[in-house]
Amino acid sequence: MGRVIEVERLVKKYGDIEAVRGIDLAVEQGEVFGFLGPNGAGKTTTISILCTLLRPTAGQARVAGIDVSRDPGAVRSRIGLVFQDPSLDDQLTARENLDLHGRIYGIAGPVRRQRIDELLQVVELADRANSLVRTFSGGMKRRLEIARGVLHHPQVLFLDEPTLGLDPQTRKHIWDYLNELRRREGVTLFMTTHYMDEAEFCDRIAIIDRGQIVALGTPVELKGRIGGDVITVSVGDVPAAAQEIQTRFGIAPLAANGTLRIEVPDGASFLPRLVRELPMRIDSVSLSRPSLDDVFLKLTGHAIRAEGASDKEMMRNMGRMWRGGRR
Amino acid sequence: MTTAAQRTTGIATPMRGIGGGLLGAIYIVWWRDITRYWRDRARVGASLAQPLLYLVIFGTGLASSLGGGFGATTAGGAGVSYTQFIYPGVISMSVLFTAIFGAMSIVWDREFGFMRELLVAPIDRAAIAIGKTLGGATQAMIQGLILLVLAPFVGVTLAPSVIAEVVVLTFVLAFGLSAMGVALASFMRSMQGFQVVMNFLMMPMFFLSGALFPLVGLPGWMTVLTRLNPASYGIDPIRRVLLGSSGFPVERFAITIFDQTLPIAAEAAVVLGFGAVMLGIAVRAFQRRD
Repeated sequence: MGRVIEVERLVKKYGDIEAVRGIDLAVEQGEVFGFLGPNGAGKTTTISILCTLLRPTAGQARVAGIDVSRDPGAVRSRIGLVFQDPSLDDQLTARENLDLHGRIYGIAGPVRRQRIDELLQVVELADRANSLVRTFSGGMKRRLEIARGVLHHPQVLFLDEPTLGLDPQTRKHIWDYLNELRRREGVTLFMTTHYMDEAEFCDRIAIIDRGQIVALGTPVELKGRIGGDVITVSVGDVPAAAQEIQTRFGIAPLAANGTLRIEVPDGASFLPRLVRELPMRIDSVSLSRPSLDDVFLKLTGHAIRAEGASDKEMMRNMGRMWRGGRR
Repeated sequence: MTTAAQRTTGIATPMRGIGGGLLGAIYIVWWRDITRYWRDRARVGASLAQPLLYLVIFGTGLASSLGGGFGATTAGGAGVSYTQFIYPGVISMSVLFTAIFGAMSIVWDREFGFMRELLVAPIDRAAIAIGKTLGGATQAMIQGLILLVLAPFVGVTLAPSVIAEVVVLTFVLAFGLSAMGVALASFMRSMQGFQVVMNFLMMPMFFLSGALFPLVGLPGWMTVLTRLNPASYGIDPIRRVLLGSSGFPVERFAITIFDQTLPIAAEAAVVLGFGAVMLGIAVRAFQRRD
């Protein structure tokens, strides 16, 4: 055991724009570490620095004990990476994709073949080993990429939004495979996501917003930051209702997506009071244990959201359409 | 089950440094390109349509309006028909377009495709630039050489020695252009630059290369531009070998600099030198990190 990732005061600037503004974190060997935040928060930039794809502007990052700026080659041989967009060659078969990877990472022939067979079994693609990746579904591609990511026995597997664009059932399966691989290989998983429910599977989470870490801890610890329960009220006039709640109960509600969220120590007894005393019509009301969504909202003052599409985002969408259309 | 001992052997042997590792990695990058190309034979067929249009329609049309006597010598020797004249030009066009289009695919591949897998791999990135250049050059060469099957229809006889020479010269041209494409692609961050490359580089290069008309007796400014165009030095030797061997009087279309006709070896050396410089630029660009 030991620290497999250490980041100190990490900064990345693009011209005047600071994408990452002084991040500190440490990840233990074998941990599942979640990097949670909205698009544009600096998740992908940070992961790219840790994977030696980008150079940090300032600060330090060590992966497997090696400084990413000083010896990127040594870092690369010790990490695996699953990208946000598929980076498989879809004109090659599943086995060829894995074989190419094994060759690039210098794994000798017999060991490579054995390892490929073993991993194809784990991700349940053995029967499709010789099919072109072009014919695979999104979930199958993801599984293959995960298998490829751990083929060379990396110490850390980085996953950038590994379940983006997959349906909930497939997402769950991906998690099953990840947990299985973690159990078998003892690999550290470092992942970014903006699905809150997935973050729950992580041992620890760092919440990042506008290039800074605003909270770091286990999911339970983070949810503990919200005292008690969360009541979500849907009303016609959100600002007026917020005003009423503030004056009547002395609680400042958070407005998000046309609803109001109220944190109260004992939701069950507060709920009837709220419904009785609030003068305006209530469309719906719900009571829940705090979720990571609530934590995020409380810490950042805004809901986790998709920001306006960047150039890169537009190019990616174009590509998805184009690739989708050819199938 | 995987034991800890197996695990350490797995990470202990990444390809490092120069030598076998670099060559091995170049081979992998090249192999991938060629495998893809081979699997996509439909595209190979479709990409022959344009050269055929040039040869059959453009060539025949212009040959007719030129009266068929294009380039006939006043001394009454055998003339070259326009279709025959542009035949090597059309082969070169196929090489040019395949090489540049192939290289442009890198831009996409690097942001969203398989190339990211290579960029995070423990290999010298020089291998990516070199492998891509050679892979693109091989494909472009094949795309050009396929058109040799049309030789009998154009009235060109192909001796084995001629084919061998043409293969070498076509590869030289393909290498120079592919290296240029990879160098350009290594600086492009989005596909928007592609239109610019197309309109301001590829088409002018094609028109000023001697593919469609002889580079002799041109106005001064155009003579200068054609002599600055590296593609000119790639196409000219292909024409001289391909048509010259069938007894056509093509030496007088050869590129001259200050009234000196360049030897074929010198022309090839120009293109190889150009390709080497471009490849050097591409290697540097690939090794740089943002």
